[in-house]
Amino acid sequence: MIDLIAKNLPALQVVIPLMAAPVCAIFNRSRLAWLIAFVVAIASFAMSVALLGQTLDGGIISYHLGGWAPPIGIEYRVDVLNAFVLLIVSGIAVVTLPYAAKSVAQEIPREKQGFFYTAFLLCLTGLLGVTITGDAFNVFVFLEISSLSTYALVATGAERNRRALTAAYNYLIMGTVGATFFVIGLGLLYMATGTLNMADLAHQITLRGDTRMLHMGFAFVLVGIGLKLAMFPLHLWLPNAYTFAPSAVSVFISATSTKVAVYVLLRFMFGIFGFDYAYQQSTLQYVLLPLALLAMFAASLVAVFQTDLKRMLAYSSIAQVGYMLLGTAFMTQTGVMATVIHLFNHAVTKATLFMVAGAFVYSVGSSKISELKGLGRIMPWTSAAFVVGGLSLIGIPLTVGFVSKWYLVQAALELGWWPVAAAIVLSSLIAIAYVWRIVEMLYLHSPSPDTKAKEAPLSMLVPMWILAAATVYFGTHAALTSAAASRAASTLISTSNIIWQ
Amino acid sequence: MPEILTPAAIYIAAALLVPFLPNGRARQLFMLLVPVAGVAVFWTLPEGTYASFNAMGMHIGLMRVDALSRIFGLIFSIAAFLSIIYAWHVRDTVQQVAALLYAGAAIGAVFASDLVTLFVFWELTAITSVFLVWARRTEGAYATGMRYLVIQVFSGVLLLAGTVLQYRETGSIAFETMTLGSPATICIFIAFGIKCAFPLLHNWLQDAYPAATVTGSVVLSAFTTKLAVYALARGFPGTEILIYIGAVMTLFPIFYAVIENDLRRVLAYSLNNQLGFMVVGVGIGTPLALNGTAAHAFCHILYKALLFMSVGAVLFRTGTAKGSELGGLYKTMPLTMLFCVVGAASISAFPLFSGFISKSLIVSASADQGHYVVWLILLFASAGVFHHSGIKIPYFAFFAHDSGKRPKEAPTHMLIAMGITAALCIGIGVYPAPLYSLLPFDVTYHPYTTGHVITQLQLLFFSALAFTVLMKTGVYPPELRSVNLDTDWIYRRMLPVIMGFLSAMVGAIWRGLSQFTEYYITSFIRGIYATHGPHGPLARTWPSGSMVLWVAVILGMTVLLTYV
Repeated sequence: MIDLIAKNLPALQVVIPLMAAPVCAIFNRSRLAWLIAFVVAIASFAMSVALLGQTLDGGIISYHLGGWAPPIGIEYRVDVLNAFVLLIVSGIAVVTLPYAAKSVAQEIPREKQGFFYTAFLLCLTGLLGVTITGDAFNVFVFLEISSLSTYALVATGAERNRRALTAAYNYLIMGTVGATFFVIGLGLLYMATGTLNMADLAHQITLRGDTRMLHMGFAFVLVGIGLKLAMFPLHLWLPNAYTFAPSAVSVFISATSTKVAVYVLLRFMFGIFGFDYAYQQSTLQYVLLPLALLAMFAASLVAVFQTDLKRMLAYSSIAQVGYMLLGTAFMTQTGVMATVIHLFNHAVTKATLFMVAGAFVYSVGSSKISELKGLGRIMPWTSAAFVVGGLSLIGIPLTVGFVSKWYLVQAALELGWWPVAAAIVLSSLIAIAYVWRIVEMLYLHSPSPDTKAKEAPLSMLVPMWILAAATVYFGTHAALTSAAASRAASTLISTSNIIWQ
Repeated sequence: MPEILTPAAIYIAAALLVPFLPNGRARQLFMLLVPVAGVAVFWTLPEGTYASFNAMGMHIGLMRVDALSRIFGLIFSIAAFLSIIYAWHVRDTVQQVAALLYAGAAIGAVFASDLVTLFVFWELTAITSVFLVWARRTEGAYATGMRYLVIQVFSGVLLLAGTVLQYRETGSIAFETMTLGSPATICIFIAFGIKCAFPLLHNWLQDAYPAATVTGSVVLSAFTTKLAVYALARGFPGTEILIYIGAVMTLFPIFYAVIENDLRRVLAYSLNNQLGFMVVGVGIGTPLALNGTAAHAFCHILYKALLFMSVGAVLFRTGTAKGSELGGLYKTMPLTMLFCVVGAASISAFPLFSGFISKSLIVSASADQGHYVVWLILLFASAGVFHHSGIKIPYFAFFAHDSGKRPKEAPTHMLIAMGITAALCIGIGVYPAPLYSLLPFDVTYHPYTTGHVITQLQLLFFSALAFTVLMKTGVYPPELRSVNLDTDWIYRRMLPVIMGFLSAMVGAIWRGLSQFTEYYITSFIRGIYATHGPHGPLARTWPSGSMVLWVAVILGMTVLLTYV
């Protein structure tokens, strides 16, 4: 039995949440649905830990779905890079669900709660599937599963604010445009090579050499994924979606969905395409690099002036995606490593912060910054968690944010790109401004006398503080994550057929 | 002694505990124990680096014990101890926690053997100390605190930048002697310079210290700047440019201190001037000079704290520290007056007071090395110190014209704190051998030679003369016609006139510059707000169509690259 499970781990990773989703819908009782979702999340997490354990030493698991051999059948291919991303996604799901119980009960009508957890599990399935699969078209399928369920999840915020509906609709349109471009890119790839398996694609591309068709395919894939990961200026769907989604959804998607999209970009860019170095380099350095730098500054500055905490965090996410793209644009081992480690670090940090925002929504009924006055005294634990997360967002030492920025700056200096390194530090200073605004509101104002706010319930505080503790723990014990990220980067590079610097 | 990471850990642990203790005597006693425990941790340790480990491929050392770190650790602990006694009446938990963390951070920084640890504690001193400014809870104090914090954090960011660069260049983050030249060391040097209040980087000091609470400015005066002096002495001994920077530092605050009315601000300027002596000592870099820097920092912390304490006591009792509103307080605050005079005598380097035995080390070192211009400047600056700190402070506060104020004597705990500090000042001045034995280098030096004593006394008396002349001729800025001393030294008038002209010039240039930059900064921020503000184009909710346009643009760009 155990042997059987161990052998089929990659499939179970996706199949279990997929099967559990309709079960939730059938029962449609909020408590039970929650319990199922939670148990499934724990199981997924356990499996991703096992997968990471098997691949950490550089091993690659190739699983043939239904026993069909790869180029024709679908292959699940797990190496240390996607095992690491699987761990992030399932880990965030595990901490989000206990948090969601109270918050969802307050924000979403009772009869819809069962469906909420169904959509949540589908979203989890989609994200895990995108990450684990070794088949390019399969990526598209799972990407759509996760996106469609995310649109539905965002729309459930309508109970609190009707604007969630337009936000979800806009997200639907824009997300679909992105998916369309992505699938057109895949079509071009298929025309050029006649295969859709990632490993085979890479092989065929080296065999057939460089063609213009491939360049077109690359451009389409880049734009499609760029939209999904909120690459500036393709981020326009994100602020509203994150702001108006229910708190638990904001926590989950902010920490996972853009991260998975960044993973897909890394995989396609370095794992599949093997252009002559010049083309790859020019797209990265003339398109990605400037956009990443723009995002770091423009989105951070927008965040400074926001009047709503969730919206502010959303813009800060766009800026943080900028850092990830920057690491990718360096096209070096350290750069890719910085990106991978930032996937983890930003997931932990942003989830903490969105949990704090959600706790404020729960107690105060709003995430407007002006209504957070003096909550540092009324909600000490929640506010302290914000401080921890905020420090990490700025990149203060002893937090994970510092680790990411450290490697990013290292990568920039390795190439001798001084201005870029300076830009990383400068943009962190803007983060001080927007984090400080909240800290000031929380601690340096006295609460309004007629406030009924209370500290958030324990079921919200515990997950929040698990994540806050993780930002500090992995900030001080960076060896764990940096080892995984460094191996992931090396694996990606050793399998790619680009000539690396 | 059990294995402990760093003395800072004790302070931090205690600071975390303090809010849970009943506010009152028990808490104060507990806080008093903290510096004692802190000293006990490092005092018995033989020299070497402890609590070192590897993190992210870098060698971190939390605790380096050698003569230099030991003397600074000791004086920081003493300062923390005294300021806790002085603040016995304070019942504000925020101030208590901030002061403990601040002292702990400064001590932690002193024992740091690598730049990353130094950076962490460096920033911690900035973040914790600002609460001592904010604790006054006024709008003005808040704005001042913000300015202070921004500058201090910026210093930390520069230090971090320097650390990263240093790591890239040398592959090591050890905090050892550096030579100025590479971008890394320049960043680190400027970071130290900001905290050390180098000329033109100094404004935060005079801005923030007088704005802090009564007890807060006593604490503030001890740590931040002396930490920077320590860092310079560790990192850049013998860097020649420091001699000139230090010389300028000893000079320019004198003019400001003379025209300043707020006595705490006068002290802040004279603090700046005293730092100049230490910086010169670091710049000369000979064993004698470095000994002088360490000894002067040691004595300076004591007498500067004593002066801040006595002026603070006056402020505490009368509610003002303005020279023009005070006077005649010796009648009801005789003990405070006495301690203030001891502090004034020490800072003026009267023989038999602590300033004499430390300052003369630096002055002698500058003469030994043939820096005669610097030597002259230092002498002039010494006269200036006596003028504004030695005479002006006690004179305006306790004598001068009678303000009619009859406040009570300072509270007992303040008197105890001032008494201990004053006893230390005199004790060190009379019997300097124990302090000399603590210094980083073995140098036999005798401060009490006829030459030294006479030079110093000459200086002091002429300076006293100048003061009386200025008072009499009525050009002394806060005009107080109460001293009758007949004199007709007309040519002496020239000096104050030139002084007044210079300070007016400097003031006008400074105002013009700051208005200019303020205008540009405001319009810059307005521009950013217009584009990035909630209704700016970058933050607006755009229709889906615009997104498709962007997709097309980026696709176009990427495809275009195929053809180039």
